Formats: sequence, structure tokens, C-alpha cells
Amino acid sequence: MKRPRRRDPLPGFGLSLGITLLWLGGLVLVPLLALLLRPLELGPLGFWHSVTEPRVLASLRLSFLGALAASAVNLPLGLLVAWVLVRYRFPGRRLLDGMVDLPFALPTAVAGLALTALYAPNGWLGAPLAALGVKVAYTPLGVALAMGFVGLPFVVRTVEPVLRDLPLEAEEAAATLGATRWQAWWRVVLPALAPALLAGFAMASARAIGEYGSVIFIAGNTPMWSEIAPLLIVVRLEQFDYAGAAAVGLAMLALSFLMLLGLSLMNRLWRRA
Amino acid sequence: MSLAVRGLVRRFGPALALDSVDLAVRGGEFVALLGPSGSGKTTLLRMLAGLDFADAGTVEIDGHDMSAVPARARRIGFVFQHYALFRHMSVFENVAFGLRVRPRASRPPEAEIARRVRALLERMQIGALEKRLPEQISGGQRQRVALARALAIEPRLLLLDEPFGALDAEVRKGLRRWLRELHAEMGLTSLFVTHDQEEALELADRVAVMQAGRVVQFDTPLALVEQPAAAFVAGFLGGAARLPAHLSGGVLAFSGLPLPPLSAAALRGAAPPEGAALAFVRPHEWALSPAAEGEGNARVRSSRPAGGHAHVELDLAGQVIEAEAPHGLLRPGQPCRLEARQARAFAAPS
Repeated sequence: MKRPRRRDPLPGFGLSLGITLLWLGGLVLVPLLALLLRPLELGPLGFWHSVTEPRVLASLRLSFLGALAASAVNLPLGLLVAWVLVRYRFPGRRLLDGMVDLPFALPTAVAGLALTALYAPNGWLGAPLAALGVKVAYTPLGVALAMGFVGLPFVVRTVEPVLRDLPLEAEEAAATLGATRWQAWWRVVLPALAPALLAGFAMASARAIGEYGSVIFIAGNTPMWSEIAPLLIVVRLEQFDYAGAAAVGLAMLALSFLMLLGLSLMNRLWRRA
Repeated sequence: MSLAVRGLVRRFGPALALDSVDLAVRGGEFVALLGPSGSGKTTLLRMLAGLDFADAGTVEIDGHDMSAVPARARRIGFVFQHYALFRHMSVFENVAFGLRVRPRASRPPEAEIARRVRALLERMQIGALEKRLPEQISGGQRQRVALARALAIEPRLLLLDEPFGALDAEVRKGLRRWLRELHAEMGLTSLFVTHDQEEALELADRVAVMQAGRVVQFDTPLALVEQPAAAFVAGFLGGAARLPAHLSGGVLAFSGLPLPPLSAAALRGAAPPEGAALAFVRPHEWALSPAAEGEGNARVRSSRPAGGHAHVELDLAGQVIEAEAPHGLLRPGQPCRLEARQARAFAAPS
């Protein structure tokens, strides 16, 4: 006898979850599992030695600190761009709107070469900066610059819809209640945008950490100084040290996971407060 | 507190949103801005609050010109149509906002803020909701929070934009009466915007009827109903039928309609000049009697009960007329004799 089934007002749960799991499994889980298994060939001690080599630690530090610094700069800049796009109407707005996505679309190597040409000591921007004593290309500063370039659209595109949804009336209400422009911003607008800002920061950071193409040209890749972790993985691959490459990859994965987890916890705390 | 608006003009591109508006409000008055949408009433309200700026004209409060005073320094409470509550703040924090943003020198201490906010919430009968977020309370409750927030700054003038627009009929009625009492008890001076004539006439001490950016008439509800100053007011209030007519020798003849003419004695208000005119007849100003088949000048389209009488819709030579009749006098489909007992006439717009 068939059990009478409750009718679901939103059918298709089984099918859609099945496809989701299959897809995620094939695309994400299996490669990650391989990444997890490969370094085991080294044994636990070998793995530890492999990822605590000074050169590896230096590259991890550069990748993560560079990404965090770049995203910290992208946060106010991205907010400003989103603000201008949402709140003002001016000729060329659509063009600007389209330009925001360029770092998404541009082949990363092209972006990297362009940045390097601009900021090299003899480049358009590099030369005057060098005269001021600021060296950008082939330094960690250059690395952070390239990371900022690829991360900006993430901040803009996550903040933009939330900002669009934020009624102007809330700011007007703040004004009639005696708030200055600054107080309205700080107490009304920013708290409403905080979750979106944090999400944008997380995505921009994640992208910047894994970024390869646009960074390696401007980085100069001096070991212990301007070498990013993804490049070190490639270096190890070229030396046929597959397990060692996977070990660095696993370390990056673990650190990224911890960072995203931390940001998501922050977000939850913020919402509760 | 007194408010004086003189010659206020606001253009949006080529369109005139406000066309030389004058308005004088006395302290303690409860004033309604009534008009169809697009008549400029919300624009006027926003300019009083300092949220929009005039192209010409002045707004004075207690004799001081407000044009250089920013919204935050005007001490004018504003209740937005959709409340504009701060979504991430609790009800308590929403109401406390106006006190917390004061400069340090005039900011009350925390205990005083809490005391005043709680007193206001109690006054608004929403004391139990102080920890809730705006999204967790009903529309009527949000309305009260918005009101409490505006009152927390002890405003000189309270402005309300369509205060009951987003509420259902039952809540609307209760809140209306309550707001009227609150206004009297707290000694407020208030202006509210509405497109609902019943609301304006029931609540306000005086009503400013607006049309196309102008104040057409500013008067007490009784005077508006009894002595409309313009055809627009007569047509806008009281659900009157608007009929083309012609006035000659003091007699009003309806043009193109099978209605008996009206003598001068049946015309209310000031008589318009001779010639083409517009006549307004309210539903209770018709005389109705049943007629035999083939006789009479109108036919009953529908009849439904409305309080102590029946609300009858009639077909008068193709034009729909609304009238009041005793219960049971007329059935749908029945022919009848229709006659205007009285009317108001205005010179027809050329």
C-alpha cells in the first residue's frame, strides 16, 4: 500500500538537490579530495616540512596579507563607486558601469602585462612614482595593486544592489531628526550596508589570494620578497614536485577556509548586535 | 508656533509642481492638505521640512525665514508615507535616534533618553515592542513607531505624509481617532497630506484643497462643503455629479439632459454669471420617485444599502448618476423620475 504523500507546494526538491550534489561533487569535491590526498604521500612530517619552508611561509604571507590589504583598500573605493553608480545620474554612467566589470572579463595575463607596463620604473605612472621614491612594480606593493585591480568589481557588485534597495527616505528621516550628513552615514547607511560590504570583502579577498595571471608579471617574483603562493605551486610543479605543490595548495585552502569562516562569523555577530 | 508660506514655487523641469502657494497655519491647528495625486501636496510638505528647495517664495516659522535653515536644524517632525524606519535598529533605538544625534552639549544623559523613549512608546501604546525590529511588527505599529520617533525631538511642527495610506480600513479608522486625540492632548501643530476627502474632513480643523500646484481653497470642513469656492472643490468633495448647464434669467437649465430646470431659489452659494455653467448635485440633493414603464426620465442601474438609506445608481440618458433614496423604493431595472432639488453652479471653464 502506498503511503499518502503530503503534497509539496514547491515540487522538485529531490531532483534539484540531486543535480546540485552531483555537480558540486564532480566540480568541487573530487578535486578538493585529490588535493587533500596528494600531500599525504609526504607523510605528516614531510608535509609539515614542505609547508614550513621559509620560502613557502614568505609566499603565503605575501598572498594573504597582500589580498587583505588590497581588499581593505577596495572596500571604501568599491563603496564609493557603487554609491556614484546608484545615487547619481550623469552622462557616461552606463560606460562607467560597464567598466567596473572589465577586470572580470579581461584575460588576467593582459591585465598583468598592462599593469606592469604602466608601473614599471620607465612606465607612464612608474616613472613619476619612482621620482618620488615609490617603487611599485616588482615589489609587494605591485602585488597588492594587481590584487586590488581584480578584486574591485566584487565589492562594487555586492554592495550595489543593497544600496539601490536602501530607501533615500531613511537618510531624509535622519536629517529631519537632527542628524548631520556624517551621522546619517555612520548610523543609518553604513550599518545597513555592512553585511554586503563584508561579503564583498570576503569575495574580493578570496579572488585576490588565488589570483595568478595578473599578479606574476608585476610581482617580479623574487623569492622571499615578491613571490606569491600560487606561483610557488607552479615552480614546484615545474620541478616535478607534485606532492610539494599540492601541500602548498592545501595550506592555502585551509587558510582561506579559516578566513572566510571568520568573516562569516563576524557577519553573524553583526546581525545579532 | 505659526507657519507662513508665501508665493512658494517649485519647478521639476518644465512642470510646475507648486505654482505660487500661500498658506498660513496658526499654532495648535490640525491642517490637511487634500488633493488628487500630482497636485503638489507632498512637494509642499517636503519643502516645509527642508527636504526640497523652493525656486521662489518663502517659508516662515514664527516669523523666521527658513530658506537658509537645513532640515536637521528646523525641529520639524516628519512621518513618511512608508515610515522610513531604520531597519537595523530596534523600535527603542529608532525612537531614541533624534536624541542620540544631538551635539554632546545638549544630548540628554542615557537614563534620561531611556526614560523619554519609554514614555513616548507608552503614550503610543507600543511599550511592549521596544526590542523588536521594524520588520517584526505590523503596519499600524510601524506607523506609531514613526510617530514616536518624530515626536521624540519635540518638534515645533509635525508633518505627516499620507499617514494612513498604507493601512487597512479597520486600523485606519482607529488610528485616525487616536491621532486626533493625540494632537489635542500634546498641543501639537500638525499638517498632513491625504487624497482621501473623508479623512481630511473628519480630522482637520482646516483643509487646504490643492489642484495642479495651487491651493484652491483653505477653509474649515463645513465651509468647504457648504461654500465651495471653485468648481474643482465642489466636484472633488461630496461625490457630486458634474453636469453641463446653462444659466439665463436666473434659471439653470441642464444641457442635453432630460432634467427639469432649477429656479434661482434652488441654487446654493454665489450665483455664477449668466451663460454656460457647470452644475454640481450631491447624492442627497436628488428627488426620486418610481415611474410606470415607458415614463420617467431615468432607469435604476443598481441599488445597495448604505447606512440608513439606499445608494442608487441611475442611468440618465447615458450618464451615470449616484443618488440616495429610501430603502425599498426602487428596484434595479425600474424606470423612475429624477429631479434635482438643489445644485451649486459655477461658470464653465472656457
